[in-house]
Amino acid sequence: MAEKKTLWHELTKGFVSENPVLRLVLGTCPTLAISTSVTGSLGMGLSATLVLIGSNFVVSLLRKLIPDKVRIPAYVIIIASFVSIVQMLVKAFAPAIDQQLGIFLPLIVVNCIILGRAEAFAGKNSVLASTIDGIGMGIGFTGAIVLIALIREFFGAGSVAGLQILPESIPPMIIFILPPGGFFVYGILMALANRLAERKDLPPAELQSCEHCPMSVACGGRFVDQADNEKEVKEA
Amino acid sequence: MKVFMALIFTGILTENFVLAKFLGICPFLGVSRKLNTAMGMSAAVIFVMVLSTAVTYPINQHLLIKYELEYLQTIVFILIIAALVQLVEIVLKKYIKALYNSLGIYLPLITTNCAVLGVVFLNLDKSLTYSQSLVNSLGAGLGFMLAMFMFAGVRERMESCKVPKFLEGLPITLISAALVSVSFLGFGGIVENIFK
Repeated sequence: MAEKKTLWHELTKGFVSENPVLRLVLGTCPTLAISTSVTGSLGMGLSATLVLIGSNFVVSLLRKLIPDKVRIPAYVIIIASFVSIVQMLVKAFAPAIDQQLGIFLPLIVVNCIILGRAEAFAGKNSVLASTIDGIGMGIGFTGAIVLIALIREFFGAGSVAGLQILPESIPPMIIFILPPGGFFVYGILMALANRLAERKDLPPAELQSCEHCPMSVACGGRFVDQADNEKEVKEA
Repeated sequence: MKVFMALIFTGILTENFVLAKFLGICPFLGVSRKLNTAMGMSAAVIFVMVLSTAVTYPINQHLLIKYELEYLQTIVFILIIAALVQLVEIVLKKYIKALYNSLGIYLPLITTNCAVLGVVFLNLDKSLTYSQSLVNSLGAGLGFMLAMFMFAGVRERMESCKVPKFLEGLPITLISAALVSVSFLGFGGIVENIFK
């Protein structure tokens, strides 16, 4: 029973309390770029989820075989392989989505959610828990990006998933589907998420500088110190 | 020559990498708190962008396309960029100490920066020639630098401002990024008209 409960927690934590986009502030680039249309966002979310589940599964399967020192390159290769598979699948079965996602489809490889989860979770936990974590985080990512897209597409084009909702006589606020709208809607939603978190006594969303950044291994946290007190690093 | 100028100005103004294409948002939000760090990061990004374009382009042309291995592009490119960044770091550390001190700490962060891999894919997408790709990467890097420079200035001013409580922290940062991005909308069409 206890086991079941923790697995349920691994699945649901990605939905709201540890939502990768709104709480952990990971994967911001595709979120902002793709969220101009709901269908594209759904495609992006599903592709990233597939990669996330696959990479979490394989990484945790191999976690005892991969030497600690070369784990980041190893993770990157695993992720890149899954991205290539997803790329071929999308190109073959959903060419319209492939057109919409453009270079952001191969760029899933550098999406920090995936490498972040491999480093923070899959490299340390069992295969089952990691797979479930991948599913939960994927759903959280898809949910957040589709939510942003719903707002942007509704206000910016007057439609939802391509269906015209607002009558033609009401001109849409195009700024919402232009780049500034992306930053704006994301900022407002994050403020709302912070407000909700505050009620549950959780800290507000901050850029997870080291804990969740996979590259902190390479820089050893030097970077944040450097930003905060530059002089010390220079002396060292 | 005209083509090159157009590419550079497109990269800096109309198709700014950060504010219009949404590539490299993580460093844009994370490293723009101080002007010095923002400039160091941008210089390192420009350097790595041009270098990785210089290396990946010939490999793509003469190896992947020649032997019909295009489906390996994603894996090959990310590996090349990662190895390249490591190599540059080692070389700088050993031989050019001054440059290492100013750029070195940023280099490991750049490997998984989507702006670098993004520019490589964009060059392929636009099917540019070798020299055009290099110039395009330079323009994209300069655009990144301009966005970082402007935004670092905005954020330094914001430190001393009174922000509504519910917007404190990242939300106000994102909203000010939206305002900076609005200013870049004004450049729309400028490059096409000048370099036609």
